[in-house]
Amino acid sequence: MGADHRLVKWCDVFIMLEPKLDLMPDNKQTALFSLHQELGGKMVPFAGYEMPVQYPLGIMKEHLHTRASAGLFDVSHMGQVELSGDNVEAKLETLLPANVQALKPGRIKYSFFTTEEGGVIDDLMITKDGEGKLFLVINAGCKEKDLAHMRAHLDSVQIVERDDLGLVALQGPKASAVLGRLAPAVIEQAFMSCQFVDIGGVNCRVSRSGYSGEDGYEISIPNTDLDRIVRLLLAEEEVEAIGLGARDSLRLEAGLCLYGHELDETISPVEADILWAIPKSRRESGGFPGAERILAEMASGPKRIRVGIKPEGRAPMREGTELFHGEEKVGVIKSGGFGPSAGHPVAMALVQSDLKEVGTELEAEVRGKRLPCKVAALPFVKQTYYRKSK
Amino acid sequence: MARQYSREHEWLDVEGDVALVGITEFAQEQLGDIVFIDLPEVGDEFDKGDDIAVVESVKAASDVYAPLTGEVIEVNDLLADEPATVNASAEEDGWFFKMSIADKSELDELMTADEYKAFVESES
Repeated sequence: MGADHRLVKWCDVFIMLEPKLDLMPDNKQTALFSLHQELGGKMVPFAGYEMPVQYPLGIMKEHLHTRASAGLFDVSHMGQVELSGDNVEAKLETLLPANVQALKPGRIKYSFFTTEEGGVIDDLMITKDGEGKLFLVINAGCKEKDLAHMRAHLDSVQIVERDDLGLVALQGPKASAVLGRLAPAVIEQAFMSCQFVDIGGVNCRVSRSGYSGEDGYEISIPNTDLDRIVRLLLAEEEVEAIGLGARDSLRLEAGLCLYGHELDETISPVEADILWAIPKSRRESGGFPGAERILAEMASGPKRIRVGIKPEGRAPMREGTELFHGEEKVGVIKSGGFGPSAGHPVAMALVQSDLKEVGTELEAEVRGKRLPCKVAALPFVKQTYYRKSK
Repeated sequence: MARQYSREHEWLDVEGDVALVGITEFAQEQLGDIVFIDLPEVGDEFDKGDDIAVVESVKAASDVYAPLTGEVIEVNDLLADEPATVNASAEEDGWFFKMSIADKSELDELMTADEYKAFVESES
């Protein structure tokens, strides 16, 4: 998420929170823009779009509502891209460390484009639609560079950005009951799978996935029908519209990386501690950009690694806050704020890997003062993804 | 003396040489859910415009500027445990601090309630 975690002056807060649209002349709008305004969303510039940071409910209640019931998020700013062509699966494997060739139709994998130096260009979701057909969801702020990267390296692959589609996420323990009322087939849909179902008379791509740590769905809907179908979802009593502010606090509590924070071109997947997304076959065969650094770090351990940080007091520790062990600077906070469900401030940091043990006592320098904090287990709240009962 | 307001969205109740200071209802509404307030310590001295406190909402940290030059003589201890008091009662129970007034001429720049209302409308 953007730069809105930093210490800001009053005037910036007003720019950030007030719908002064003349300040964002070049920003795009999603097909839900007028609905956001109608719902009282506070629109802010984010990754080239005007997006709701919160609605009148406020970030705290929006966050708690999502964990207790169901929250609806507009994530249409994210890029949706179709790849097609012979052997597109094998070709995509040259750019990232997932086992795309083994992906079965209708299944989804999380992965990331790596740089030659072993950093991360972007993280993404890959769905296999069929032989030679893949569907990607990429971060809004990385769209241009991802598309350029793929166009430069994927020979004879047709790359189509589907900006005719909107994307919404329905997240929370009641998401399944709500969406199941409109499309019963989604109730028993497996985690990280995708199917097309009819919602309100429109064929929609429904993925059982999300980024809140809760069960839920991401639904890709033609822009022409987006407003109408989102209103159908919002009409269900369990559902509230949720802004980007709560989206960020939810994913932070869930211990999920956000590009531009825990992930960037200088941080390796080993340092970001997302090795679970690199399957055994790719660890053995390599063959993706930066494999040399990444495989070497896996063998000998990275110098620094992502950890959870729990501030001991009530003061949040924001992005950029430096961490100390005695007098030695040992790390930096990459995302930090208040965790409404955790009930205390939460953060994620990159720290020297010899200090990664849960419970390690560190100090953070906040406004010139050293405040105590501890390395904490991630996630801060239990993830509750859907597992089919046997 | 009637309540006065600063352009930095603070309210001040001035009595003699002392001002009681908080942030306005408008400011708390803009900030959203407040989770932490870093208050100055009693005895700290500030020039007008210095950073005197920090308000942390779920999303962001925002500086509060000293509305006047003077010394902090009391802080609202309630806010350490219950920062959300500022959301619930910004202009009463959610006061931030009391400070002495070193230079009464600085009061001339403050606004009346009506002036502040017009100021907020012109800003948004």
